[in-house]
Formats: sequence, structure tokens, C-alpha cells
Amino acid sequence: MKDTNKGELDKNLGENLDKAKTQKVLSFMFGNQEYGINISYITTIIENEYPITRVPGAPDYINGVINLRGDIVPIMELRRKLKLPSIDDTQETKIIVVNFKDITIGIKVEQVNQVIEIHRNSIEIVSGISYEDCSEYFSGLCKVNDRVIILIDIEKVIKK
Amino acid sequence: MDSDKYLKIFIEEAAENMQGMNQALLELEKNPEEETNINNIFRIAHTLKGMSATMNFTKMAKLTHLMEDVLQEVRNKQIKLHSELIDILFDGFDALENYLKSIVDYGNEGNEEYNSIINSLKTIKKDEIQKKEQAEQTLNIQQQCEVHINELNEYEKNVINKAFEIGMKSYYIIINLDKGCVLKSARAYVIFQVLEKYCDIIKSEPSVEDIEDEKFDLSFSVVVVAKYPKETIEKKLFSVSEVESIIIKEFNKESTSCKPEPVNLGQTKSGTDKLHIENSGNEENKEVFITKARSVKTVRVDIEKLDILLNLVGELIIQKTRLEDVSDEKNQTYQESIQYLERIISNLHEAVMKVRMVPVEMVFNRFPRMIRDLSKELGKEIVLTMSGENTELDRTIIDEIGEPIVHLLRNSIDHGIEMPQERIAKGKSEQGHVFLKAYQEGNNVTIEVADDGHGINVERVKEKAVEKGISTINEVLSMTKNDIIDLLFKPGMSTASTVSDISGRGVGLDVVRTKIESLGGVIEIESEPDIGSRFIIRLPLTLAMIQALLVYIGEERYAIPLSNINQILKIKTEDIKFVQKREVILMNDTIVPLIRLEKVLGTPMEVEDKNRITTIIVNKSGKFYALTVDRLIGQQEIVIKNPGKYLSDLKTISGGTILGDGKIAFILDINYFAS
Repeated sequence: MKDTNKGELDKNLGENLDKAKTQKVLSFMFGNQEYGINISYITTIIENEYPITRVPGAPDYINGVINLRGDIVPIMELRRKLKLPSIDDTQETKIIVVNFKDITIGIKVEQVNQVIEIHRNSIEIVSGISYEDCSEYFSGLCKVNDRVIILIDIEKVIKK
Repeated sequence: MDSDKYLKIFIEEAAENMQGMNQALLELEKNPEEETNINNIFRIAHTLKGMSATMNFTKMAKLTHLMEDVLQEVRNKQIKLHSELIDILFDGFDALENYLKSIVDYGNEGNEEYNSIINSLKTIKKDEIQKKEQAEQTLNIQQQCEVHINELNEYEKNVINKAFEIGMKSYYIIINLDKGCVLKSARAYVIFQVLEKYCDIIKSEPSVEDIEDEKFDLSFSVVVVAKYPKETIEKKLFSVSEVESIIIKEFNKESTSCKPEPVNLGQTKSGTDKLHIENSGNEENKEVFITKARSVKTVRVDIEKLDILLNLVGELIIQKTRLEDVSDEKNQTYQESIQYLERIISNLHEAVMKVRMVPVEMVFNRFPRMIRDLSKELGKEIVLTMSGENTELDRTIIDEIGEPIVHLLRNSIDHGIEMPQERIAKGKSEQGHVFLKAYQEGNNVTIEVADDGHGINVERVKEKAVEKGISTINEVLSMTKNDIIDLLFKPGMSTASTVSDISGRGVGLDVVRTKIESLGGVIEIESEPDIGSRFIIRLPLTLAMIQALLVYIGEERYAIPLSNINQILKIKTEDIKFVQKREVILMNDTIVPLIRLEKVLGTPMEVEDKNRITTIIVNKSGKFYALTVDRLIGQQEIVIKNPGKYLSDLKTISGGTILGDGKIAFILDINYFAS
């Protein structure tokens, strides 16, 4: 659920208030680090078993395209986009298909964990999380119990 | 009101109606006597009025209302149709079109009131109202007249008939007395005295007794027989004071029924003589109206829904190919079943394609009007001949093709067709001819724009190309005529020495070519001095599916549109020559640049020195290029898939397709390799 309340909801019931102040994210792993994508962008999660076709002239973080039920969907190696060292695919590798403003892409991740609900207050806006300057793709850090989840800004990832 | 939902429908329907109106207006201009055209325009104006009023587009409603009013009067024959009126109607049409455009763009009509058009319409209507009032008066009189005739008894009718036989005339006279008349019966008595001197009174209304008793309002009527012409009687009656007006109506000879005939309005004479009134006119019009109403049953479908349908058919084709691949040759039933499925799918495919097809008429419709305006503007008399309007093209192409054709037509009229004097001097007909032709040729539709003007001046093109730095003098000198004509498609070329409103901004033909090629088509020019020029556009029937050659480059498969392919050429390594360090091959004495696709596409390849290389010769804007490939797979009809917005800025590919095995192959964009 996207955070859309503009004070208007504050007057409503506490339940509503809580809902608006939380968002659901899907968490997945890159190495030991947990990342999260707001589920409102996600259309589906698929297995990494589709035959892939290389796209000539595409940036290196685009692995290629797959035929997803008749649509051509580009697959992005998010690791590479975030300038993380790449690793080989495993059984656990999944593709998270996201959609924003008519653009559909598949994001390859090592492992999908779970959907968690996080409170707005638990999000910290930080910069310089990554070794290189990739912080523009992050919308914040979130602490859930002892875990630290980096929230990914899908709109920026798609925009390049 | 949730007008957004209806706005779309409104726009579509209004656009359709406007097109109909445009056509009817043009027909009307050609053939002003034809009632159906007036009726059509009237009907459309009426529809538009209703529609726009419902949508609260008051300005549009006001304008259409006025147009409708004027047209109504034309229908009733109360206004004569003249070229000035048609011009005003055209202006009104343009204004409506602007309103509609504004509605499409901004959702409202804009602020323009088009007062001048409204005023001209009103002026016409005012004139007509005056006439109408007079007409009504005459109409009344006629009705009165008829009533009275009917009231004549046999004896009176006999007297009138007898009078005819002996060469006398009979009149029906209405006498109106001055409002200030005090002694009405006395005045009436005087009038009767005068009348009796010149004619015999058969009947009076009210009766003589009533008149004597002053039992009448300011007017009374009489039926008389006389040997004098009505002018004489009229004059005599006017000599009586306190007579305001006299209306005299002559009876027809044939019978005692009153046939409409010029009615003289006495003192208020004002040229109404020319007015003919047919009461039945209205009724007849209505009948024509009904029979002309369209009876074709149609369903309006969003083009997106058709896209989905076509997509699904594409999926079916792909799956069918997969089934064929796994087919077991021994299993007869399976084979038969696959074949049957194939037939059904190809029929389904054809049916879906047909649904998407629209006649080019939709685009051609607006050209007669454009030509009319242009020829008026330029003082050139031009006859546009169109043929093959029923030729059908995919809807997506139809939407795009209008603009290039407009360009070509304007070109032909502005640059091609000479001024009338020049044409006469050349021994041509004074009227210039422009031809617009569409026809289907296999899987292509050809559209030709031709004129009988002075053709393309090759020398001028040469000069211009050198002047604009497009070619060097040496290059130009070694060029063939066709090469030179081809220069016209280069950006920055325009041979008209003066820049006019119509064309000649130097953005012409290169834009046309780019557009046509983006639609998967090609354009050629043929031109003969003083005979004319011909622009030939060849377009694919549809954009959704193309014939393509599938090839291997390394281990990757690519599709090359068949329309781009000139031939397949196997060459040896030693055939490759170098020109300015670039690889080229010779094909029929033409130097053809060699393009190594694996390098351009960055295909991972094992380096392997092959002696024989397969090249595909592609044709792009009249130039040839040789593309190297590893292996040919074969020709296939492929469904074009959009690779999605994310990859939209890739230059080497124009789209993707899904092959029989479910994998994706990209379609090479020949335009990229040629640049």
C-alpha cells in the first residue's frame, strides 16, 4: 500500500491511520543483505526458467528478454545495476516482474524471502549505503526486529 | 454528468459526421440542384447540433443551429443556393472542425466565436425571413383564395368558365381598407361602384348585405369577371381613397381551381413575383430523407480490443507452429487434426485482419476539399481524379498515411501543375489534373499521386543539391536521372524558388519518405518533363504481421523483413574489396557496402575463417547494403511484438517476434544499418 495519506486520513479511525502509515514490501536477498520492493509495483514472481534472448546494444545489466505469456519482457540483473559482484544462478533464483507506468521488466534476485509490513516510522532515509554511488536507487533503510532491509526505489531503477 | 465517458463517443461520432458533411458540401458545390446533398448536410447539422448541445458545447450548437436554419430554408426553396452561400457553409464547416479539434485537444471548444460566420449566416437568414414573411403572406392569400374557390357554387363556377370562353378574365380581389377609415361601408360602396363599372361581381365575402351593415373588419374580397387586365382594375381601385392595399389574383383558365400563380402584392410590391411556393415540397423532402438514411449495421469497437484479439491470434499461430514441431509423423489422426487447426487459424487470422481494415476512403475524403481550396488560392484550375477509394488498409496505417499524401498532393499542385496561361502555351488543357489512385497488389497496397504538370526539373535539382551542399558537383555529374530525382528525398531540398504557404519550406519529401518507411513502405518517383510526375507509395497491408527471412547470426536468430530484401548473395572472401578502409562488394558493377552483422550486433562468435559468406542484399531508400549472416533458416510470416517501452531506444532492432519454440527473435531495423 502506497503512502498516500495527506493529513486527511488522520481524522479517521486509528485503524485506517495505521494502514496508511505502513507499507508492504517483498524482501529478497543479495548475498547477506536483505532488500525490499514495495509490493504495489509487483505483478508476479516467476521461476528463472524462461529461455532468454540477448538484446543487442542493451546495457550490460539487461540480461535479455523472455517471452512471458506472449509479451516480451526485459530481464534486469539488479545486482549488476547496483554494482554488486555477480554470482551464478541457483535453484532459488527468481524473477520479480514489476510494472510502473506501462513499463514492465523482470528483476532477477537470488532468493525471495517474504512479504513484510513495515511502519513508516521505522524507515530511515539514508544516503551512501552502497560502496559505489547507487544510493539513488534506494528509498531508505528499514529496521524490522534485528534485520536491516534496504528499500529499493523501483521507479528510479526503471528510469535508469 | 459523467461527460468524460461520453466525450470519446461524441468526438468519434462528430468526426464521422463532419466527414459526411464535408463530402456532401463538395457534392453540393458540384451539383447544387441535387436535393439529397442539402438534405444530408441538413441532417448532419441537425445531428451535430443535438450532440453538441447535449455535451454542453454551446458555441458549436449555436453555429450548427444557424447552419441548420439556413439549410432548412434552402430545403424549403426559400433561399436560393448560390456559391456565396456554399462558401459560407464551408466556412462554417471549418469553424466546426476547429471546435472539434479543440475539443479533442483540450476538452473544450476554445474561445473563438466565429462571429463573422455567424453574422453571414444571420444575414442570409434575415433576408430569408423577410422573404419568408412575404412568402407567408402570399401563402395565406393563396390559401384564402383556394378556400373561396372551393366555396364557389356551381353557378358561379359556370359563370367564370363562360367568361373564359368569351375571352374574359376572372379575378379574386382582396381589398384592404385604411386603418383610419371611418365609414367602412360607405367606402366599400364606393369600391363596389368602381368595380361594377369595369367588371361583373359574382360573389363577395362577406356578403354585400353584411358589408352594407358594416359587418366586416378592414378587408373584404370579391370574385369578378372582367375584360380588362388586372392592372387597370388595380389602378382604378387605388384611385379610391382610404384603400390601403389591393391584392388581385387571376383565375386559371383550365378550371375554377386556383393554381398558384404570381401574386401581386399591391402597394407592398416587392419583387415577390419570383417566389414559387410548393406546399408539397416539404413532404417530398421528408420522404427522400428516410430512404437515404443508412441501413448498415455496425458495431463501434475500440481499436485496442482489436489489438488484443490480433495478439491472441498471433499466440495461436505460435502455438500451432510448436505443435507442428512436436508432431509424430506416424500418427495420422494427429496430423489431420493439426492441418485442420491450421486452416481454422488462418481463417481466423484473416477474419481478424479484415476487421481491422478500413477503406482508404477515410483518408481520401478530405482531399477534394483541400484541392478545391488550394486551386482557389493559387489561381490554378485543378481536377482531382480519385480511384480505388475502397482499397483497404490496416487501421494503424490509415491513421498515419494522411499526412504524407497531403504533402504529395500539395507538392503536385504547387510545384507540378503550371499556371493556366503556361499550360495553354504548352498546348495542354487549361485545367491541371491530379490523380490519386489506390490499389492492392498482392500483400501490398499501392497509392499513387500523379499530376500532368511540368515534371521534375532535373537540372534545378542538381543545382539545388550543390547549392545546399547535399552533393558535390562531381557527384552530381556522375549521377543517373533516377539518382538525381532521389536527391529530392534528402533533408533540406526544395526546388520551389519561392516559399509559399502550401509547400516549399524544405521539409517536404524527406519527411514523407521517413513516414512511409516507418510504416514499412517504400516510395518512388517517376517523372517526365512536361508530362508530369508520379509518386508511388507501396505499403504493407498490415503492420501487425510481416513476411520475414529468419537467419542465424552466431547462435542467435534474427528476422529481416522481406520487403527490405533485394536478393541473397553468396560471396567468397576474396570478393571483398576495400574502399576508404571499408569493406565493400561489387554487385552488377555497383559498389555495395558490406556490413558485418555480428560486429554491429555484438554477437558472441567463435572466430572462424570461412571462405564463403552468405550476404543478404537489402534495399534502403534506393541504396543497397550487404549484410553478412551465418545461416538462413527460411521465410516465415511473423507476428510483430513490441519489445516494450523499456527497450524502445534500441536502434538496431525495430521489434521482436516469438518463434515456434517460444523464444524471442528480434527484427533488424534496416534503417539503422543504412545510416
